[in-house]
This record gives sequence, structure tokens and C-alpha cells, in this order.
Amino acid sequence: MSETVVVTGMGVVTSLGQGRQANWAALMAGRCGIRRITRFPTDALRTAIAGTVDFLPQSGDTAPVLTEELARLAAEEALATAGLGTPGHFPGPLFLAVPPVEMDWRIRLSIGAGCDDPAHLGYDDLINATWRHSELTDPFLFGTIAQSLADRFGTTGSPVSLSTACASGATAIQLAVEAIQRGETDAALAIGSDGSITPEAVIRFSLLSALSTRNDTPESAARPFAKGREGFVMAEGAGALVLESLTAARARGATILGVISGCGEMADMFHRTRSSPDGHAIIGAMRNAIEAAGLTPDDIDYINAHGTGTPENDKMECLGVMSVFGDRATSLPISSNKSMVGHTLSAAGAIEAVFTIETILHGRLPATINHEPDPAIPLDVVPNTPRDATVRHAMSNSFGFGGQNVCLIISAAP
Amino acid sequence: MTREVWITGIGLLSSLGEGPDAHWAALSDPSFPDPILDTQTCAPCPVHPLAAIDYDRQIPKKGDQRQMEPWQRIGTYAAGLALADAAVAGMPELLAHTHMIVAAGGGERDVAVDLALVHDLATANDPAAALNARLMADLRPTLFLAQLSNLLAGSISIVHGVRGSSRTLMGEEAAGADAARIAHARIAAGQADLALIGGALNAVRQDLAMLYGGSGTALRGPWRPVWQRGENAGFAMGSQGGFVVLEEARHARARGARGLARLVAIGSDISRPGDTAPAEAIWAGMRAHRRPGTLGVISGATGAAPVTDDEHHFLASLAAEGPIAVRATGTRLGHGVEAAFPLNLALAALALGRGGFYPPFEPGEAPADAPVRQILVTGFAARRGQALALLESLDQTGAP
Repeated sequence: MSETVVVTGMGVVTSLGQGRQANWAALMAGRCGIRRITRFPTDALRTAIAGTVDFLPQSGDTAPVLTEELARLAAEEALATAGLGTPGHFPGPLFLAVPPVEMDWRIRLSIGAGCDDPAHLGYDDLINATWRHSELTDPFLFGTIAQSLADRFGTTGSPVSLSTACASGATAIQLAVEAIQRGETDAALAIGSDGSITPEAVIRFSLLSALSTRNDTPESAARPFAKGREGFVMAEGAGALVLESLTAARARGATILGVISGCGEMADMFHRTRSSPDGHAIIGAMRNAIEAAGLTPDDIDYINAHGTGTPENDKMECLGVMSVFGDRATSLPISSNKSMVGHTLSAAGAIEAVFTIETILHGRLPATINHEPDPAIPLDVVPNTPRDATVRHAMSNSFGFGGQNVCLIISAAP
Repeated sequence: MTREVWITGIGLLSSLGEGPDAHWAALSDPSFPDPILDTQTCAPCPVHPLAAIDYDRQIPKKGDQRQMEPWQRIGTYAAGLALADAAVAGMPELLAHTHMIVAAGGGERDVAVDLALVHDLATANDPAAALNARLMADLRPTLFLAQLSNLLAGSISIVHGVRGSSRTLMGEEAAGADAARIAHARIAAGQADLALIGGALNAVRQDLAMLYGGSGTALRGPWRPVWQRGENAGFAMGSQGGFVVLEEARHARARGARGLARLVAIGSDISRPGDTAPAEAIWAGMRAHRRPGTLGVISGATGAAPVTDDEHHFLASLAAEGPIAVRATGTRLGHGVEAAFPLNLALAALALGRGGFYPPFEPGEAPADAPVRQILVTGFAARRGQALALLESLDQTGAP
């Protein structure tokens, strides 16, 4: 029997604000953090809205700088809650979900502007202009943020950076849970962070036709499970969780916020951006998670949906829920935080795990705002108004491009 | 619970060709052959380009090939070689519980688009506004997925049917070592029976030369063997695909799989240039497994400073404990960054599986004075991270 893994600290930053309290209040008020993008010009963009985090000094800086700051803030809140270790000495490894971000366009363009004949610049000139200028390139090495956070928080061992696209945050938790279950460590710090709203990132998703284009009504642009949904809205934020073995947490008298009672995964081999039409990998990931938790579908009281608001995701997630939960599916509450915070990409799985635990702790289900019924989705999406409910076991879904499917079962403290 | 972990398949792709036979033959050449180098494309950085590969052999659908940039094709191909070598390829019931951890770098930029935009926008009145229209028009919609970090793993699932689980680690060399470490730990602890780990690098990329040139780790100018770079330190990127199938020993025996080597122990840690304490601590944790006789060392020495000297010091202290024979594969194959550690694990398993070892790759490396039955794989990353893995041949049984 492997160790039970519990959550003893958590922190969150989104476009709704900084900290658990501010975010929960906003979620309960049905507020939306999505707005017009102001940090760069939106000329010629099909999508000009996002759930950007605009209230930090780093908000206009490059993506890795903002991503690191978001992660730092979430982690500091999580560590303060947990009260584990001492400042600069966290007794466990770091698992960090981060966006794979390439060099900022401002750097390339400033090199061009600074040379005599930019019209005939070659890539060798770019190589020479940045040679040994690590201040320009180091933020874009993928291991930089994790090393910086590992140094700051004094985590143990090799800090792990990871990406499983939109499932990354859940994968960070999953890797941490597995390390504790193996007995490698009593504690781990799992973070998902994403501050990557840049022109090229928005355009890449836009060219895949993945984004909502409701630029005139940003607050109602994220429409998970709703009729007429037409894409997700990119967003920024971070979620951090301190995970511990139940034994270690009890031994030190820690307050247990929740339990990660099961992780389930199944890779889809059908298509780069679409689920297998029969939904078997989504279904398999859900069933694997429930089984890993030693539960049955009847034990699940609430689902924190992946619920992106793309036609494809929500249809397939609905199919998966209907298959796994059968007759209960239409009465089992399922809501999408993305209706309010947008899709925080690499951070989503971690942020939504934090919100799922808040849901259990408060006994209140956040709504799916902007909801208009879609006859093809006969689920109880907690439309537009939050409501009270006792949640003993919840499922949090994360699905990503590349066939990534991760489901977490999150339970109330024992 | 600690279970025995075998390597039951390897996938190798590099400037020397593809597969075990090509690598065994090329790396057994004792005459210090000149490396295969491209000094033009990424000038001023020399790189080791990939040998000519017929991708159809592992990625039969042209449509799949078109949806991958070269680094994804290299990795998907090498992963297919490893699965085939382990007799897992085409076996849906095995692939369903094959757990995958891929070490991935950044996607490949479209350097023509990068340059065209710099040419046209650098002197624009409002470059930020003009950038949007140009990116909307010039970026290929399919490029994003073709270069997204986790889409190497995604492509391996699509092309080869691996679906037990799929994780992608990032963070340069450490990602490759941690992929192997975590997969080994999961199998040893009973969390998995079968795993595929590896990484891929396309070295012929000007955008990467810019990244690693800026960060102070890429080699500029004339090439020398990695131990001899002296003042002109740096790594020459090498195009590589390196994948390894790890398997629990009884699982392998039960299905009649051939084992190449036992992965006895593996460790990795954060590190600072100039400090060998992490590697020494990792070695201290695995030293009890060392057997009498010559320890082969498949070194991932990059040629970058000061980590190559750091490794040299570490290996000198290791040599004081007993005879070692060091082979830095970077001299022959270049440095594969995320792919380096998995590739070197594969080369170690190749030698142990064939009951031999490699001759020196440069005149400064000493010949082995006795048969090599254990190999230490080293990874002293150019910027951060140290990792060691101890492998031994399967004819070694019992405690040392």
C-alpha cells in the first residue's frame, strides 16, 4: 500500500488577483478576469483578449520573467500555509510546469535596429550579436526558472521542469505524488505557472483556430459547455501545492487541506490536437484515476472540468463523463473555472487543483459563467450561479495537445 | 520494494548513422577518425549533422513526417528503433502499459521568417504593431505543433502507439538524466513495468546556436576533442536521437525479451559550475555496487567550461579508487543536450550487451586494460545539473 499524499499548503495567482482569498471571492462572485490585451498592440490580431495578469511589476517583461514571478508568488503563499521547512530550505523536490518559450521578439528586433544594415542581416549576425550575452538568452533556457526557484526555496535534488501542454500543471502534481508514494521524499513542491501571453503565442494559437474571437465582449468570451462556444481564451497565472505524505503531515501536526487520492493518465494516439472519437483515452484516464483512489464513479461528488470552451474539448469531455458516470452523469455537478480565469495553459492543472480543494473546503461549487444550454451537453455545469454542496471526492480533469490526459481525484481531509 | 531494472532496447541516431551495428562499428574504429562536422550552416559554431536517414522506415506516413520539425522526426525515429529493438513495437498490449518520459528542448524556429521580419521591421516606426500582421501572414499554422516541446512524445504515441503515460521534461541536459532517473525509480518501486525514455536534438539550427552561444556554452571556431578544448571551450551540438527501453527484469524474462544491461543505479542533482560535490554524493550512494575490475566510463563531457574540468577532477578521484577507462562520446558524436544522457545510456548498454567496450576516442583516453563489465555514464551539464548512472552486464550476478 503506497503512502497517502496530502496537500498542506497552496497558493494561487490569476487574472482575478493574487492569493487564495482574492481568487475564491472573485470565483464566488462570478467575476471574470478576461479583458482586452493592453501589454502589446493588438493590430491585425483575430483575438485581442486574454486573462493577462497585469498587476505585477513584471507584467510587461518577457514571458519567462513573468512566469517565474507568478510561480514565486504562488509558491510563497503555499509555503506560508504549510509551515514546512525553514525559509530557503524546503525539504523536498520541485516539480515545475512551465511554458516552452522562445526568445522574445523585442530582442531580435532590437538587435536589428542596432546594426548598420538590418535589411541584410544574417542569422550569423544574430548569433554574433548575442554571443556571450547570457542576460539576453538565459531566460529562454528551459531549466532557468526551475533553478532559480530551487535556489530561492532550497528544494532538494534536481529541479524538474516539465511540459505536457495544457495538462502540465496536473502532471507536476502527479510526478510529485509518485515521488512521495515511492518513499523517495516526505514532501514535494508542485507548481504550474504560465505568463506567456506574447504576440507570437497568441498568434500561434490563433492560427490553429483554437481561440475565441469575441473581442468586443471579453468577460463573456470564455463559454465552456455553452451553445455557441467557439474557442478558449488564453490566460496567465500560477498554482502551487505543498504535498506531503499523510504520515509526515500528521507527525508534525500539519493542517491537512485535502488529499490527492488518485492520479490517472492515458495517452491518446489518435491525433495531435483531437481526442480519439470514441474518447477512450479520456475515459481511460478518468477510470484510472478513480481506480487509483480506490473508489468507484459513484463516490465522485463533483468534477472540476478541463472545460476550455472549444467545441471539440467540451464535446469530448462530455462524452467521457457520460461514459464513465452513466446515469449519474446528468446530475453530477461539473463546472469550469476557465469561464472566469480563462485557460492558464501550463498552469491550469495546478490552479484548478487549488480551486478544487477550495471547493471542498468551502462546501460550495464555483459556477460555469456565461452559460447557455447546449442540447448536445446534458450535464449539470453549475450554470451561472455557485451553490452549496458537500464534496467528499472530486475529479479534476486536464487534457492537452499531443494526446495528454491526466485526471486527479482530490478528496477531503481524512 | 526495489526491483531489478534492465535495458531491453536501444534506439540510436546520430552523425554516425542509425542503430546498434552502425554505432558499434564506427565507435570501434581505433584510428581517431575525423568527426563529421558542418562548419558552415551555424557558423561560427561547428555542429555534427545527422547522417542521411530514410524516415519512411520508422515513420511510414508522409503526413506524420510533414507535421514534425526535424528534431521531432529524429526523436520519433529513434524511439521506434528502441521499441523495435526491445520487441515492443507493434505489440498493443505492451504499448498500452509502456510509460514514456521524453526530454525535450525548444521547438525549431522558422529562421527564414525570423530573418525576414528582422529585415523588414527593425527600422519600422512601430515595429510592435507591424509584427502582428507579419506573424499572422508568415507563420505556418502547422509550425506550432511541429515544434511544441511535448509533441515529440505526442508524435511517438501517434506513430508508434505508446499510450501507458506520456510526460515531457524540459531543462537541457538535466531533462534527459531526470527522465531516466524517474523511469528507473518508477520501475524499481513497482509503479511501472515498462518505460520508454529518451530525447532528440537537431544540431543544425542557427536559433540554437544563438541560444547556446549567448549562454556561453557553445563552441566557436576550430573543433578539437572535448578533453582538449582548453581556452576555446564550448560544446559542438550533435544531431542525436537517443532512446532506451527500461523494463523490470521479471517482466522481461516472462516475455522472453533479451536484456542488454542492468541499470543498477542512477542519480541526478542540481549543481553549480566549479562544484563536483553533487556528483561525488551521487557516486557515494552507488559506490557499493562497484565490482572489482575496470570500470568503463561513457562520459557526456561537453567541452564547455568549467564543467569539463569539473568532470576531469571527478574522474581523477574515481580513478584513485580503481581502474577506469573513459570515453567521451562528445568527441565522436557532439553534444546532444537533452538527448545526451539517454544516448550515452544506450551506448553503454550497447557495449555491455556485446561484451566489449570502445577503444579510445582521442589519444588522451587510455585503452581499457581489462574487460569492462560495468559502465558509469556521466552527465556534467554545461549550465546546471550533474547525473551518474551505473550499468552492468547481465552476466554479473549477486552482490559485488
